[in-house]
Amino acid sequence: MKKRVGVLALQGAFREHRQVLEKLGCDVVEVRKTSDLDGIQGLIIPGGESTTIGKLLRIDEMGDKIKELGAKDMPIFGTCAGMILLSKTIVDSEQYSLNLMDTVVERNAFGRQIASFETDLQVPALGVNPLRAVFIRAPYLKEVAPNVGILAEYNGKIVFVRQGNLLASAFHPELTSDHRVHQYFLKMIDEH
Amino acid sequence: MTDIGSFKVKTGLAEMLKGGVIMDVTTPEQAIIAEEAGACAVMALERVPSDIRAEGGVARMADPSIIQSIMAVVSIPVMAKARIGHFVEARILEALGADYIDESEVLTPADDSYHINKHDFKVPFVCGCRNLGEALRRIGEGAAMIRTKGEPGTGNVIEAVRHMRTVMSEIRALTLTPKEELMSAAKNMGAPYDLVLYVAEHGKLPVVNFAAGGIATPADAALMMHLGVDGIFVGSGIFKSGDPKARAKAIVMATTHYKDAKLLAEISKDLGQPMSGIEISTLTESQRMQERGW
Repeated sequence: MKKRVGVLALQGAFREHRQVLEKLGCDVVEVRKTSDLDGIQGLIIPGGESTTIGKLLRIDEMGDKIKELGAKDMPIFGTCAGMILLSKTIVDSEQYSLNLMDTVVERNAFGRQIASFETDLQVPALGVNPLRAVFIRAPYLKEVAPNVGILAEYNGKIVFVRQGNLLASAFHPELTSDHRVHQYFLKMIDEH
Repeated sequence: MTDIGSFKVKTGLAEMLKGGVIMDVTTPEQAIIAEEAGACAVMALERVPSDIRAEGGVARMADPSIIQSIMAVVSIPVMAKARIGHFVEARILEALGADYIDESEVLTPADDSYHINKHDFKVPFVCGCRNLGEALRRIGEGAAMIRTKGEPGTGNVIEAVRHMRTVMSEIRALTLTPKEELMSAAKNMGAPYDLVLYVAEHGKLPVVNFAAGGIATPADAALMMHLGVDGIFVGSGIFKSGDPKARAKAIVMATTHYKDAKLLAEISKDLGQPMSGIEISTLTESQRMQERGW
């Protein structure tokens, strides 16, 4: 049976995640309101502006529902803004957080857009071939709790982690044609 | 290999702005209101288009101190406008660390024949268009994001609608055009052949396309989303209205929930006076900003 995976579609690059998931044979739900969360087996929180998505998550207690699903072990994958929203601590910011991962995240940590870059990343969990990773005004994790597994670093900065049912990347695997990160997330759903 | 400022990261930032609202602001206070309302980026300006229209004279890049004071107070991307063809203004904005440059017809053009060679910059550019040929010429020059021109500073959405409908119908036509006719199509619309081939094959522009020029209400924003734009620029429509905070928030919500008419009815309530608009036919040729660009 096809996996039913939600992509949070309030703002940001949700279409790209949808296209990758469809290519990988999933039934994709664009999540715009709280009831769209019913019946999904996993959720992707896409890149976008974390402050914008955070404000829209407060409406209709949608954020609370996602927190509840995450606490109940539903697999959730956040990319870029999604990584920020999943982190319990956001450096120098009062903005909304889903408060799920034991991580300290710094926004725009590599600098403004003129510092945005793409690079080859070594991710042992995905095999020996490097992963082309696109970083756009990207965050990184300044600290992670011992229960958080580090999947990749770039120049000593933590950019890809897993904590049980939660996965977070500072880069955008939805913008490249290498789908190993999404496949890894779908395996998390299988194992759930 | 690490690549800074590649076309992928330029178009990538625009991808992240999708489904969002980019608001014109002229002060740090306005920028904070915009961010609080949920704007996904702000455009830092010295005057909003309706004031440029009212005051006349030459409109130029904003004073760098205005742009820096706005960059200092918000965490969302800050865009800024350079005059068409004025590559030195663009270099200055890049040096300031602006996140996107709008090579904009709202400002008085600096060059009456040529646009900026945008491939030459690390900072990405957005440009306006009225039709597919114009969009593809700008992309050919290196624009990583496109927007409709509309008619800026009028609070009248009709021109943005016309430009979006034109682009979409020209895209649909290309997807049905046999390959041997595409070179003539490229010649007729004045567009690079490789980009015409891309559109014919994929049925879409190779970059994100936003609506701009005349959007004044949540319903206007939702209308443009229905016509297929990826997101919304609001220029004068917010800070020239009676209650900018409420209107800014409502336009953000309308852009996300554009298909939900019941919710649109709710969020359209009690927003105070919208900006007063201008009927397009009352503008003379020289007052129409959309004719600027080559």
